[in-house]
Amino acid sequence: MKSVFVKWFAAYREATGIEAEPVSTSASTPAELFLELKGRHPRLASSRGALVAINQEMADWETPIEAGDEVLFFPPVAGG
Amino acid sequence: MASDMSDFAISHQGIDVPAFRASLEDVTSGACLVFEGWVRNHNDGRGVLRLAYEVYEPLALKEGELILQEAMSKFEISRAKAIHRAGELALSEPAVVVGVASSHRDAAFRACRYIIDEIKQRLPIWKKEYYADGNTEWVNCQHCAQDPVPK
Repeated sequence: MKSVFVKWFAAYREATGIEAEPVSTSASTPAELFLELKGRHPRLASSRGALVAINQEMADWETPIEAGDEVLFFPPVAGG
Repeated sequence: MASDMSDFAISHQGIDVPAFRASLEDVTSGACLVFEGWVRNHNDGRGVLRLAYEVYEPLALKEGELILQEAMSKFEISRAKAIHRAGELALSEPAVVVGVASSHRDAAFRACRYIIDEIKQRLPIWKKEYYADGNTEWVNCQHCAQDPVPK
């Protein structure tokens, strides 16, 4: 298990009811972490079209996550 | 070409479009294109009264600057700038402006198209629409949240 820090934005923040949370996890990628956190937040649905950032850099869903990482979950964007 | 301070900005206030256009002026350019994205009064058949943009600024600024740099290297243009709004917007307000100056128009059109398309796909910016029927919705996020599954 490792500790990471998760931040939720826009629709995800409303679905989870929180902006940020420390998480103790065995997930090795953001994809696994998101799935795991769906269990904790029943209103959280799909990651379809979502983006992820790790330590303030846009990242891939399969990027390895390490202890101490900050993982940001961005719901599908809608700028412009 | 050296860029002015920062070419991509997030604004919490109304965008001054004439000032934005003036900031693109450049004697080597024969073409200037300014695209404005406006708040419209409908989406998917629903009446829209106003909207709000949530922006995660640290990454939006970084990624926005990167998109402009990509446009500068992909197309023969001399200037590229953009501003995106944050916060609450009324109908017809500019939500985003993209400006490009270049020697010739073809590169300006292509660069402008590239920049606005990438902004829409890559920047951590979310739009919440407020509808005439009293509902609100995060755009593009029909699958983000669900009612809890009954146990």
